[in-house]
Formats: sequence, structure tokens, C-alpha cells
Amino acid sequence: MMSQENEGQAAGQQANVWPLWEVFVRSSRGLSHVHAGSLHAPDAEMALRNARDLYTRRNEGVSIWVVPSEAIMASDPDAKGSFFESPQGKDYRHATYYTKSEGVKHL
Amino acid sequence: MAAAPLQSVPAPRPEDQDASVSPETRAGQAYFDRIIADDSRIEPKDWMPEAYRKTLTRQISQHAHSEIIGMQPEANWITRAPSLKRKSILMAKVQDEAGHGLYLYSAAETLGTPRDVLNQQLLDGKAKYSSIFNYPARSWADMGAIGWLVDGAAIANQVPLCRASYGPYGRAMVRICKEESFHQRQGFEILLELSHGTPEQKEMAQDAVNRFYAPALMMFGPPDDDSPNSKQSMAWNIKRFSNDELRQRFVGMIAEQVKVLGLTLPDPELRFDEETGKWIHMELDWQEFKDVIAGRGPCNAQRLARRREAHANGAWVREAARAYAGKQREKQMQKAGAA
Ligand SMILES: [Fe+2]
Ligand SMILES: [Fe+2]
Repeated sequence: MMSQENEGQAAGQQANVWPLWEVFVRSSRGLSHVHAGSLHAPDAEMALRNARDLYTRRNEGVSIWVVPSEAIMASDPDAKGSFFESPQGKDYRHATYYTKSEGVKHL
Repeated sequence: MAAAPLQSVPAPRPEDQDASVSPETRAGQAYFDRIIADDSRIEPKDWMPEAYRKTLTRQISQHAHSEIIGMQPEANWITRAPSLKRKSILMAKVQDEAGHGLYLYSAAETLGTPRDVLNQQLLDGKAKYSSIFNYPARSWADMGAIGWLVDGAAIANQVPLCRASYGPYGRAMVRICKEESFHQRQGFEILLELSHGTPEQKEMAQDAVNRFYAPALMMFGPPDDDSPNSKQSMAWNIKRFSNDELRQRFVGMIAEQVKVLGLTLPDPELRFDEETGKWIHMELDWQEFKDVIAGRGPCNAQRLARRREAHANGAWVREAARAYAGKQREKQMQKAGAA
């Protein structure tokens, strides 16, 4: 079910190439880190510095995470939705399912 | 007489009949076709036709090479920029172009070809890049014309690419387009200052516009009837508008903007055609375009030599960084062992 995911898997594996890192940027305090892109760097410290130069040249962030791409596990796209089947047909998990209370205030 | 089949019945595709096509490939193709038909996005791990992967790898890497080579004409002017402010602006712009190259190499890599392979193709002179960067930047006014016309044409080309069907490419383009508008405006401002300066400065600005006008229009690629790959790219939702369509739109924009500059475009045939609602421009020299693409432009050799030199000069930095990272890792392992 699970497979390794990175946005440049073929690249990081070669010995003579700097490993690939995924970059996550927090745009301001109170918000989550969001995936910004990827880059190559010899180690985590350089990855952070490169990420700062590459993804935050205009104050786009107050915090950066870098993660080795090969450390990220992802759901398999070939599973075509079966992995996400469980919520299907369970409309009652949404507030919009309950229509009888329409017009009632603060509900 | 056999009845002619209804037009709406699609002819059976060869892969539907061919027994050698595996069920996986057939399912993959159907999945891909559905995503394209829904105008949704293809992501790196999705099944995609080999031709789609190849086309995108070529297009995105050529685009990346263009950003990297595109740093050179302007980098040449940083030391000669007329003020500290202009030097800072130019440095920021050149740094942005380096960033654009890196965003695009990252996007290209997701298709399976490592960055250093793509980079090597450029260094070996095997890869193409935008013809515009093989023209020399002769005067300070060229920095203005490049920003206004070259970055302007790039924006007109790139805005529709933000909706390209390949997710990583579209996302890279969104980031790039946000940054490009500063590039175009700073160029326009350089020309505006010169065109409102001394007569010599105004002449310099006009001369730069004269030299960059036609090459900038060629950036949209060959005319539609001579652009064999465009149709497939549009069917795949990579390209959204044809070369000629984007070109005439761009001409319409700069035809208005040039009035604010108090300059003219070197195009005696330039006019808006009321009937078709399109802008008409002069015939471009497509032989020149082909020559420059094929490596016979004024600066091709110089640009590639400079790129190779820069790459070679950076070798010790790459080696040192790798050695340092290795040592740090060793130290950490020793520490862990001692504990
Ligand atoms: Fe750029
Ligand atoms: Fe630019």
C-alpha cells in the first residue's frame, strides 16, 4: 500500500549527487508548514541555507523544515482511490447532511 | 454500399487491439485520459504515456536551461550599472533567474531524469535553450529592453503554463510568474528614465528596443503552421494557446506600453485588425531563429563557454561541501558509538 514518495526520486539515489530534500515553509506564525518544493544539498544544514535562499527571498517564511526526500512515505497512487474508500457514502459526517434544522439560528 | 460509420464513433485505437499492450498499460492510459479530459493534474507517481514524459522532460529542462543561461546578459552589466540601487536590483533579478532554473530542474527531475544528467546535456551543447539569450547586451538600455520585452514575453508565455497538466511544472510556474512581474517593471522603468533623459539617452533606449523587438517576438516559437508539436501539447493540456495567439496578444500589450515610454516599435506593419480582433505584426526572420537555435547566433559559443567555466570553477565548492558533510556524519556516528 505504501511507497516511497519524493518529487525527484530518481535523483537522490546516486552516490555522486547531493541527496534530495523536500522543503516546507511556514509563511507566518500560527500557520502550518506547507510544502514549497525540493532541492539538492550535501547535508541538512546546507539544505536549510539553500532553502532560505531559494524559497524565501521575499519574506515568504518565518520557519523552514527540510526533510530527506527518501524519508517520506506516501500512499500509492496506483491504489486508485481504494485507499480513500472509507469516507465515501458517509455524508452524515458533514454538517450539510442535516437539513431539517435549516433556518434555526446559531446551529 | 456499406453505411459510412457515424463520425462520433471513435476509431479503435491501436493499443486497444494490440495484444502486446498489457492490461496495466491499458488501465494506466484510461486513467491518464480521464484526468486530462477532466482538466485535472498529473502527479509524478501517476501512470503517464512515455511520449508525455519525454515531451515534458525536454520542455521543462529547456526552460530551466534558459533561466540559467539567461543570467549571463544581465550579470555582465552588474558592475557597470549606473548606481548602487540599479546594481542591487540587477543582482536580485539575476538571483531570481537562478532560482527559476532550480525550481524548474526540480520539476523536471520528478519525471525521472536526474538534475546532473540534464545539466550535462546543457554543458555538452546537446540541449536547447531560448534563442533570445544568444543576443548580446550592448548598452545599459539593453537592461531595460530585456526586462520589458524579454521578461514580458516570458510572462505572456508562462502565465498559461501555470495551468499545465503536469502538477510540478504548473506549481513551479506559479512561483516564477509571481517573481517575473518585478523583472518586467524594473526594465520598463529603466527605459522610462532613459527616454525622459537627454537626447542621447533617449536614442540609446530606442536603439535597445529596436534590437530586441523581433528576437522577443520570436520567443513565442515558430508560426503555428510550422510548429508540429504544438497540437499534441495542447491536447495534453500542457500548452493552452498557440504560439501565434500568444505572440499577437503580447504585441497588443507592448504597442500600448511603448506610448508611455515615448518610444516606437520598429514595425511598419503593426496594427490592430478590427475584423479579426487581432494584432498584426511584421513578418519575422525565421531563418535567423533557426540559425540561433542551432547554435549559430551571435553569442552561443560565448554563453556555453561561460557556463562550462562557471561549472568547473564551482567544482571545489561541491567537493568541499560533500567532504564536510561526510566528516560531520562520521563525527556524529562516533559520538553515538561512545554514548
Ligand atoms: Fe525567469
Ligand atoms: Fe525574469
